[in-house]
Amino acid sequence: MKSFALFKKDWESELRTRYAINALAMFVLVTISVILFSVGNEQITEYLTGGLLWVVIFFSAMSGLSRAFVSEEERGTTLTLQLIASPSTIFSGKLIFNLILVFLMNIAITVLFSLLFESFVIKNFSLFLISFLLGNIGIAVSSTIIAAIISKASSKGTLYPVLSFPILLPLILTLLELTKFSMDGKTLSASYVEIGVLFSYDVIMGTASYLLFDFIWKD
Amino acid sequence: MTNYSVEISSLVKYFGRRLIFEGVNYSFQSGHVYGIAGPNGSGKSTFVKIVSCLISPNKGSVTHILDGKKIEEEDLHNYLGFVSPYLFLYDEFTAEENLVHISKIKGVTFNKERSDYLLSEFNLYERRNDLLRGFSSGMKQRLKFAFALLNEPPLLILDEPTSNLDNSGKEKVYEFIKLEGKTKLVLVASNEDADLALCENVLELQNYKNKL
Repeated sequence: MKSFALFKKDWESELRTRYAINALAMFVLVTISVILFSVGNEQITEYLTGGLLWVVIFFSAMSGLSRAFVSEEERGTTLTLQLIASPSTIFSGKLIFNLILVFLMNIAITVLFSLLFESFVIKNFSLFLISFLLGNIGIAVSSTIIAAIISKASSKGTLYPVLSFPILLPLILTLLELTKFSMDGKTLSASYVEIGVLFSYDVIMGTASYLLFDFIWKD
Repeated sequence: MTNYSVEISSLVKYFGRRLIFEGVNYSFQSGHVYGIAGPNGSGKSTFVKIVSCLISPNKGSVTHILDGKKIEEEDLHNYLGFVSPYLFLYDEFTAEENLVHISKIKGVTFNKERSDYLLSEFNLYERRNDLLRGFSSGMKQRLKFAFALLNEPPLLILDEPTSNLDNSGKEKVYEFIKLEGKTKLVLVASNEDADLALCENVLELQNYKNKL
């Protein structure tokens, strides 16, 4: 309940300042436009569109998801948060905010890809949906804890994608594989290993982030 | 009256290799107003941040006790009211919205009556629906008192409480310090003689810098 109240505060703040939403929307539009211009009239392969989807998602996440903690640090309100909530409440509240943002962003990107790229065809939709859900959770959890780490650093903008890349790499690679499977029309049962990897990644990142947040947050 | 105490034991704090203070042992009890004094850079803000468990000491411990029961660090925010010049509320919300959000995040029901009372006392009631970004620094300082006192915490930590305030603001703050100090534990960290004159005991941090 307290976490939800923190999420609500962040959401109302976001609706008034539009910092993350504008940054994400502009990044998505610009990136997809650049891809469309560079592709021109050429027919690109299915796998390439699947790969490009996750590239756009990764860099879009890097452009807006650090907002959760960086905005508090920049405005000097980190101390206020420390004075009104426990670390677990803060982490959960920020995680809910990033989850909503990631889902909204990724749904928009995927819909745009389906509309703009003819070769982006998903044959096994349920497999894509499962990987999309688990992938979004993984991106949200990782980007939340990385945002908490870099919010204390001086060069936040550069550090965020640099630190995120190795942490998100196993997730992105698995998602690329699963997107390829869903484009091939592979069955769910043939993709259990990759889904298991995604699920394990989410559980491990979620647990580690929750346990470590206290140390990151305090000093 | 709440029976609140803070036990400080062998506290040592360094920033890098620079000693801020060492060997601080002290016991703060509710029903009193304590002063934390020292020149600029003596570590007053560092000391109150350690007492508030916002930063960790290098050595030593701070124990908060309410009615004989130790308060865990992660629960301290429920018992603490804090005012300082380096505390910022949310500029994109109005004064009242700030207090509503803060209450909800704390997990307590927003007490509209108490909020209106505090906003009136600190001369902000007429401006309660204005965004904070339009507030002056003195008005923001006044709002921090409403923020600290809203849920009637048994411990009040006031770091430079009268900074940016005009004379009427200072008088109001002194009135509240005297009032709250009767039943609660109030710590005032300040350079101002007028602020420290309200304190029954003053901890001089300059006396804990032996190694410098």
